[in-house]
Amino acid sequence: MIYAGIDIGSITAKAALIEDNRLLATHTVFTGYNPAAAGRQVFDELLMQTGISAGAVKKVVATGYGRASVEFAHKTLTEIICHGAGAHFLNTGVRGVIDVGGQDSKAILLDAQGHVENFAMNDKCAAGTGRFLEVMAQALQIPLDQMGEISLGAENPVKISSICTVFAESEVISMIARQKDRRDIAAGIHRSAALRVASLAGKIHLAPPVVMTGGVAKNKGMLQALEDYLGYGIKVGAVPQENGAVGAAVLAAGT
Amino acid sequence: MTRTIDKENTKIAAAKKMRDIMTTYYLDALSASENNRQVAWITSGGPVEPLVAMDIIPVYPENHGAMIGSAKMGEDLCSKAEEMGYSTDLCAYARADIGCSVAKGGPIGGLPKPDMLICCNNICGTVLKWYEVQARYYGVPLFILDTPVCHTGFFPETAAYVKAQITEYIGFLETATRRKMDMDRMNQVGHLSLEGQKLWQQVLRTTAHKPSPMSAFDAFFFLALIVTLRGTTTAVDFYRELIAEMNDRIAKGISVVPDEQYRLLWDNLPVWHRLKWLSKKFSNHRACLVADTYTSAWCGAIQYIDPDNFLDSIAQAYTRIYLNIGIDQMADQVLDMIQFYDVNGLVMHSNRSCKPYSFGQMDIMRIVQKKAGIPVLMLEADMVDPRSFSESQMETRIDAFMEIILQRGATGRGGQ
Ligand code: SF4
Repeated sequence: MIYAGIDIGSITAKAALIEDNRLLATHTVFTGYNPAAAGRQVFDELLMQTGISAGAVKKVVATGYGRASVEFAHKTLTEIICHGAGAHFLNTGVRGVIDVGGQDSKAILLDAQGHVENFAMNDKCAAGTGRFLEVMAQALQIPLDQMGEISLGAENPVKISSICTVFAESEVISMIARQKDRRDIAAGIHRSAALRVASLAGKIHLAPPVVMTGGVAKNKGMLQALEDYLGYGIKVGAVPQENGAVGAAVLAAGT
Repeated sequence: MTRTIDKENTKIAAAKKMRDIMTTYYLDALSASENNRQVAWITSGGPVEPLVAMDIIPVYPENHGAMIGSAKMGEDLCSKAEEMGYSTDLCAYARADIGCSVAKGGPIGGLPKPDMLICCNNICGTVLKWYEVQARYYGVPLFILDTPVCHTGFFPETAAYVKAQITEYIGFLETATRRKMDMDRMNQVGHLSLEGQKLWQQVLRTTAHKPSPMSAFDAFFFLALIVTLRGTTTAVDFYRELIAEMNDRIAKGISVVPDEQYRLLWDNLPVWHRLKWLSKKFSNHRACLVADTYTSAWCGAIQYIDPDNFLDSIAQAYTRIYLNIGIDQMADQVLDMIQFYDVNGLVMHSNRSCKPYSFGQMDIMRIVQKKAGIPVLMLEADMVDPRSFSESQMETRIDAFMEIILQRGATGRGGQ
């Protein structure tokens, strides 16, 4: 039996298919301005790639901020429950999830069965989210996907004191003007974002084994900064960005 | 167990009467000077009974603040105060009240000018400066009743200290009114106050019934009388009727949330500007907020009141209120409520405005999770200022919380 999960995030839309407790495939597209169309597109493309017909998919669960726009979904669930289920499915035994997405970040505490015990999400503010990193990468004029790598070479990471993204951006610009090393600035940016996320984890007493999910999990600089703050290692699976979609598919199978 | 009830039947009939009473109360207050009566502004946790006994009309800027919030006028009035130089970190009740005094706006065109101000700091420290500002603005005398925080207990020194101030308070009122306090009348008001509080407690306890005949959202509304008209027959008579109506609803199986499946406890002040939205949101999940720590504060010190020695006993009663005790004691009260109302989860409103209420919430959350094993949700908002409210974030948090409760099964008890 095949089940699908669709996760419509603020920046990307993800889809996952599972069959008999096995992950078949995942796919990601940009959400753009039309979340409903993105949901359709990511699902259709995934079906095409795998050669599976829509009729073979028994149930679809939609999640993410655009979940309500997925008309072909049988059910909608929040990202929190889906990220928990996805992390547990891909990594049995995991007790915590740190998910950093485009516009929010969250920490999720799981019990041994993968059920959500507690969660904490970022406040009404972009600090500690993918959006924050994106704005900073632009200010630094480096591609977002290289910022992590670049920051790893830092020797004296700078300190960014503003929590507000707009103020932090002007701080970064003034550092560029003072010709601070880019690597140090990039590392400082990650530390600033990581501190916000680590405080979410601290709020709900997250403890290892912990996995990181969401697009930002691919950023090595951010991962390292988080590990430094938390004082333990964090795992990143093969499909961190699609973890929520995988969880949605798992929950589709379970209901 | 559940039945389908048409919408009209689920409305609480007493609500209309309550509105009428509140209208009369505010009309009386607004026309006080024409009728040669004096008006005192008083903090919500302050001892109002001596005012009632001396025929002074008590007016509550905090109740007015709640009205401003419900009327969605909070942002404008708070901004007015911010323009005057007040920080956005200041409690929105204070900002709205200060803004309103100057703008003469708000849902009822502003409160009647006070003849005196009575400030009791048992709820917070904010009220001290707020009332000082208003005393200067209106050029009227201010009485401050200082109730030391009792984190671990109530000691003889505290009792003596507060009692002495209650005596001063009576003296202050006698000077302000140029009349002597009639002790028989005071006694009578004391009895009525205690009776009103007991009845209010009974109202709140009706929600222990499953399904619940009313919700915390109703309690937020019906609360106004025990706050503003405590010590009067109006409050006593009204709550008697309300209890009768609740018992009738229980007998008929009328629930406020259709098909109630989950029962929740609310902590902190309401989000006045989003009551409808929140009530609908939870009720769509078939969840009823059956009780809250806020409205129960107006019957939380009953055990300390001695109606035959009222003035002495209120020194203790007004000092040992919910916001003036230690976090451990607050958590104990929350745990008692979880048990009594048999709830599946706790919803905590982390209220940007109210620091004393929001400060210990993380600790209470942990204690509750550990001892009661139920899920706890923390919602960040503000009781009056809508600028601290993000609908889509709220929605995701509430949906996720309800999914957790569902995942845990109907009892919600996780046992950790
Ligand atoms: S800070 Fe809290 S207790 Fe004090 S006036 Fe504001 S809402 Fe009331």
